[in-house]
Order: sequence, then C-alpha cells, then structure tokens
Amino acid sequence: MENKEQVNIFDGIWGFFASVKLAIVLLFLLAVTSIIGTVVPQESPKAIQFLGKIFGDNTAPAVYNAFLKLDFMDMYHSWWFVLLLVLFCVNLTVCSLEKIPRTWKLVKTPVKPMAKNVLETLPVKKEVTLKVSLDTARDEFLNAFRTSKYDVKEAVQEDGVQLYSEKGAYSRLGVYVVHLSILLIFVGAIIGARFGFDGSLNLPEGSSSDVVYSRTGEQVPLDFSIACNWYKTDYYKGADAPQEFSSELVILENGKEVLKKVIEVNNPLTYKGITFYQSSYGIVPDAVGIFVLKVSNDRGLEETLRLKQGESFEIPGQKIKGTIMDFSPALGRDPQSGALTTYSDSLINPAVSIRFDMEGSDGFTGWILKRYPETGIIKDAGLKVEFLDYWGVEYTGLQVSKDPGVIIIYIASIVMVLGLYAAFFLSHKKIWIRIAPVGKGSVKVNIGGSASKNRLALERQVEHMLSRATAAIEGRLKKN
Amino acid sequence: MDSSTLFGISTFAYFIAMAVYVSYIAFRNNAVAVTATSITVFGFLCQTGALLLRWVDSFNIWVASAPSTTFIESVLRGAPLRNMYESMIFFVWCLVLIYLIMEFKYKNRSLGAFAMPVAALALAFIDVSGMSTDIEPLIPALQSNWLLFHVFLSFIGYAAFAVSFAAAVAYIAMASESRSEKAYIFWSIAVGVFLIVLIAMGIDYLNMSTSAQGDFIRSYFLKATFRSSSGVIAVFSWIISAVFILALWRYGHGLRKILEGLSITKIMLEEIEYKSIAIGFPLFTIGGLLMGAIWANSAWGTYWSWDPKETWSLITWFIYAGYLHARFVGGWRGKKVSVLALIGFIGVVFTYLGVNLFLSGLHSYGGR
Repeated sequence: MENKEQVNIFDGIWGFFASVKLAIVLLFLLAVTSIIGTVVPQESPKAIQFLGKIFGDNTAPAVYNAFLKLDFMDMYHSWWFVLLLVLFCVNLTVCSLEKIPRTWKLVKTPVKPMAKNVLETLPVKKEVTLKVSLDTARDEFLNAFRTSKYDVKEAVQEDGVQLYSEKGAYSRLGVYVVHLSILLIFVGAIIGARFGFDGSLNLPEGSSSDVVYSRTGEQVPLDFSIACNWYKTDYYKGADAPQEFSSELVILENGKEVLKKVIEVNNPLTYKGITFYQSSYGIVPDAVGIFVLKVSNDRGLEETLRLKQGESFEIPGQKIKGTIMDFSPALGRDPQSGALTTYSDSLINPAVSIRFDMEGSDGFTGWILKRYPETGIIKDAGLKVEFLDYWGVEYTGLQVSKDPGVIIIYIASIVMVLGLYAAFFLSHKKIWIRIAPVGKGSVKVNIGGSASKNRLALERQVEHMLSRATAAIEGRLKKN
Repeated sequence: MDSSTLFGISTFAYFIAMAVYVSYIAFRNNAVAVTATSITVFGFLCQTGALLLRWVDSFNIWVASAPSTTFIESVLRGAPLRNMYESMIFFVWCLVLIYLIMEFKYKNRSLGAFAMPVAALALAFIDVSGMSTDIEPLIPALQSNWLLFHVFLSFIGYAAFAVSFAAAVAYIAMASESRSEKAYIFWSIAVGVFLIVLIAMGIDYLNMSTSAQGDFIRSYFLKATFRSSSGVIAVFSWIISAVFILALWRYGHGLRKILEGLSITKIMLEEIEYKSIAIGFPLFTIGGLLMGAIWANSAWGTYWSWDPKETWSLITWFIYAGYLHARFVGGWRGKKVSVLALIGFIGVVFTYLGVNLFLSGLHSYGGR
C-alpha cells in the first residue's frame, strides 16, 4: 500500500516535470525575472542611488532592505533564480526523456508501402497518367527518385509497383540535441563556478606578483609569478581615440622566465589554465617615471637613454647637452588662449620638455611629443630625439580567470549549432510513388509525400522529380 | 559618389516606394506594383553600394592605422557594424532583403505597404536620434574576428523577428472577431504604444532646438511630450495616448477589411509569422548568444556576465523558445501564439535599442 503511494507520488512528480505547460511557464518566469537585474543595479552603492531616485529618500531604505532580502542586487546568483534554472533543467530533461522513445521509434521504423487511399490524403500529392508501359514508367521514376539522392525501395503489388523512400529521419532528434547542449552549458557553468575563479590584478610596469585578487578582495595565490614589462595605449593618428591597449607580460617560475607575451584586448595570455586579459590601466600614484629617449643623428649615432627628470645627457662628438626640464602626461593647446596646457592626468599625449645647451650659442628649450616623433627633429644639429616612453608610472589592469568549464561550453556550443541546424533546417521527408497500369499501354502515377517541416520544399522536390521522369519518358517515346 | 549620398538616395527611394506600394493598394494597378518593386530594388542596390563603399572607406582607414594586419583581417576590421548608426543601416538592409525575398516567394506585393514604412521609418529614426554618422575608429574591444559574424547573424535574426512581428500584428487584426477578446486588447495596447513612441520621437525631433542637434538621444527622449517640463503637456500627452489606444482598439478592425482586400490570408500570415521565427531563432541563438559568449570569453575573460545586453538577448531567447514550444509541442495556434510573437519582438526592441539607449554595460559602444 505504502509502496504504491510512493510510486504514485513519483509518477505525479514525473508527470509535473514532463509537461510542456511547465516549460512555457518556466520560460516565461525566467524571462520576466531576468528583467529585474537589468534595471536594478547589481552593486549596492549604485542600487542605493537608483532606489533613492525612484522611491525618494524616505521609502528607499525600506525598499532597499526588501530588495536585499530578495537578493535583487545579485539576483542572477540568488537562490530563487538558481531554483528556477534548476527546475528548467529538470523539466528539460524529463520532457526529453519522455519524448525520446516515441521519436526514436519514428526514426527507426522503416518506411513501408502505402495503401492508395491513404496516399491520397498526404499533405503533398500529385497524380499523372502517362501513355507508357509499366516497366518504362517504373525505370524512369526509379531514376528520378535516385537522382534526388534517395535510397529507394520497391514493392510489387497486385495492381502495379510502389517505389518509396525516406530521408533525414535523424533530423527529428535535432531538438533533443539542442536540449542536451543546454544541459551541457549548465554543466560547464557549474564546473566553472565550482573549480574556477574570477579575479583581477593591477600590475605596475616593472613589477611582478604571485597573487591575484578575487572579487571580494581576497588574495588568491598563483603557483608562479607574473610580471609586467610595460603597458601602453596606442592612439589613432591625430586623434585621442585609443587604437589598442597592450602590455608585455612575463611568466616566471622560480624567478626564471618561462613565457613572454604581449597581450591586447581580445588577445589574452593563458598559462596553466589561468588566463590574463587586458582589461584596464591607470596611473600608479606618486610613481616617479623614467624617460626613455632615443637619440640619433645623421652621422650614424644611435643611442637609447633612460633618464629621470632633471638629469642631463650629452651627445658625444657634438657637444650638445640636453636636460630634462618638465613633463606633461597630456600636452595640448588651450582652445581659447592658445597657451600650452595639460588636459588630462592620463598619459594621453605625453610630452617631455628638454633644454638643449650648445657651446657657442644660447641654447633652447622645446617639447617633444611621444605620439608626434617629428617634434624631436632638431634640424640645425642634424639630431633627432625620440620620446619612446615615460616608463614606470602606469599599471596594467588585468582580469584574471580560471574556468575549466569553458571547454565544455565550447563543446556545448558546437553541439547546439548542430542540433539547431537539424531541428530547424533539416526535415524528415518521405515519398511514395505508386505506378499502376490503367487501360492499354497507360499507367497512372500517384505520388504522395510527407515532411516533418517545410512542406513547400518537399512539394518542389516532388514536382522536380515528376518533371524529370516525365521528360525522360517523353524522350524515350520520341526515340521509338 | 560617396556612401552618405547613396544612403540618402536609398532612404529617399524607400519613402517613395512606401508611397507607391500604398497607392498600389488603392488602385490595384499592375504597372504601379512593378514600379513599387523597381524602386525598392533600386533603393536596396543603392544601400548595398553604400554599405560596401563604407566598408571600403573604413578598410582604408584601418589599413592606414594598422598597416601590419593581414588583408582578410583588415577586411573584417573594416566591417561597417561598429556603432548604432551602422547597425541600424544594416538592420534596414536585412529587412528590405527579407521583404524582397518574401515578395518574390509569395507573389504578393501588398505586403510592401507594411514593410517599406518600417524600413523608411527606421532610416528616419536614424536621422531623428542624432547619432553620429562618422566612420569612427574601431575601439580595441571590437577588434575581433567575431565582430562581423556576431553582429551579422544577430541582425538577420532581428530582421526575421521584425517580419514575424509585422505578420503577427496583421494576423491578430484579421483573426479577431470581437473587441473584447484578450488578444485583441493586448494587440491594441502593444501596437498603440509602439506607434505612440515613434510619433513622440518624431515630435522630439521637430521640437529639438538646433543647439541640441547631435546630442545623444537619451538627453531629449520624449522630453517634448511625456517627460516635458510643462506638466500640462505631459498630462496632455498621456490623455492623447490613451485616446489613441482607444481609437486603435475601436477602429483596428478596419485593418482586417484592408488586408482581406489585398488577398492576404490568415494562413499566409501565420505561416510568415512562424517561419520567420523558425529562421530567426537559430540564427539569433548561434550568432547572438553562442558567438557572443565565445567572443566575450576571449575579450572580457568570461563567457557570460549578465551584462544588460546579454540578459536581454537571453530574455528574447526565452520568449521565442516559449513561442516555439507553445506552437509545436503545446499545440497553441492562432491568436494565442501570435501574442507571444508580439511579446518576443518587444524583447528584440529592448535587446537592440532599449539596452543601447538606456542601460549602460559592456555593450555601451552600441549606443554611440
């Protein structure tokens, strides 16, 4: 008795999850609840600001507390949203398991000859009478059928022959392949959440680290260290629009360099399953930078110098002394007065001011801009000073992540593409051609067909087959 | 001839085509019909040329700034799909392409009277919103081979969904027997709100001072009507809108007679509705969601971050998945399932425009 009841409960639960209605309700609930997180900011400070604006300062705190209880500020990870997703998965699985046996039977049951009266009720049907012998008609229709790449079977019946075939039976399984891929995505996501981590690391030029920081600010140790040689922003010519953000990263194992790579946005570095992405950059507060200058002249001299502000350099053989006087991270002209100003704290348009002293003349001071190398050409002296970098003041902002689930997500994507293709663009087509003699030297041909989708395409195919066969028969008749 | 001139010509052609299609409905004259199609094809060719020219232009700009990139990569970097303006132009292009295919397939030109206004209005919207038409340098985040495929497939999907929306609107109008039907009431509200927002944006444009031109749409959206600083105008806008929706509800049935007169059948509309979803859904899933996730993983370090654009794509996906299951497994037919097609397109509009214009997130470049 008790056992039976248990079975009933199980059946009840199974039945509940096997319903398409539940699927539609869940899809609807997921759609509606997902909206919340796109409207309510998913970070507390922003959410407080947002609620204050909408509800006023008096009611906002109460609403905030209610939202906090409902996890609205991190809703995509809240228990109720995850529950919805779990129900969705269970529903998907049970529904598929429930339906697969029936579909499998449809796929596996071979197509059989069809009675004439049934044939005439099919969604696609054609009828034609031809003045030709049964054998000729049979041969030509068989040909036409095969030309359309069908594996044709033949049945001899008391009143003639029947040719029949099917194609694309497996496309019926496409929908379950899509369902499977969705489950795989969930598997990938769970693996990622369980065994992966998300973090970040701000690495100043010339420094290294063997830890990264999780979203909550905790240190996550790495079993190697990572160093940043340099960070740079490239700009489009003549504009302040960034063209690329890049950093040169080095992986060190026990102090030894094992890997070096320049990363860019869309081009990260992966080492031991951990991937470093270029995600931001910034200025290290109070850092003192080093000016990297390249000096060259028309007599074959070429020298790269690394200097601090106030330091001087001499150009050998030319008796010119240069002194670094000033630096601007973003040198520009004030649009009103035309005077030189610094228009940003970021290194958008770095410029160095250098005083040149020459024996026997007064000397002069000039700005050399990194992005405009022509500013460093000193014609009189046949000298060129290039401002290569102001090194050591910027840090590269790295997004760090380890996600062993990604590979499963990729596999799921491929599976889903295949499933979608089968489910939406292929169809299970069946065609029957019944040829029966009528009167003397004539046959009546009945063609019938059915398709799991895209009936129009099948109709076109059947018409095509029919016209090919009749053309061939007419050709034969003419020859005779 | 440069691309903007060609774009201008195509916009103009679509407006004329719209008028000619409408007069075809009035006169039922075959010569008028052929003219309408010819003008549309002409506009489409101009737009295609304009898109290609713009592609060449941005290809050259890219090559000039990054000479070391390979040819194929430079072609991909030059794809004119980098901001709101270019994506809208491309959306209209997809829409007209799909329309022309359908006109050819169903041999029914009356549909043009519904499709071309959408194309023309979308192009007018580009003008209204004051978005930048310059070829902008490609920001680092978009310098990926995925850009072309991700955006291209997403937009074919969007355009297919737009077609299903139009078919669903016409279907519900034709299939509703009485005004008290829920589907019809929903139809009145949805179509009403859709038109009201379009009209209100038109008023925004007319009302915009010259100084505000080129400003971002967010700053003046509905400021001339619902969000007006004058309370009277705001209240008045709401009243007018309510009246408009009521009028639509009261006289919406008239559309049925027009459609019947155009030899458009319910069966045909239903077929267009679900076939466009059956094409749009897989393309949107592959191009929008899957490719988007793979790209996100290589650019941002995570394949899914619940960014508003991602979330809204998923919401849209849920709705259309619901549609497909309701129709093909749940056995829903007719008005009931068409309502889902309407809701689905609301999702599309939010995914594409709503997120770009009103929500910030990782996809914010789409709104510039």
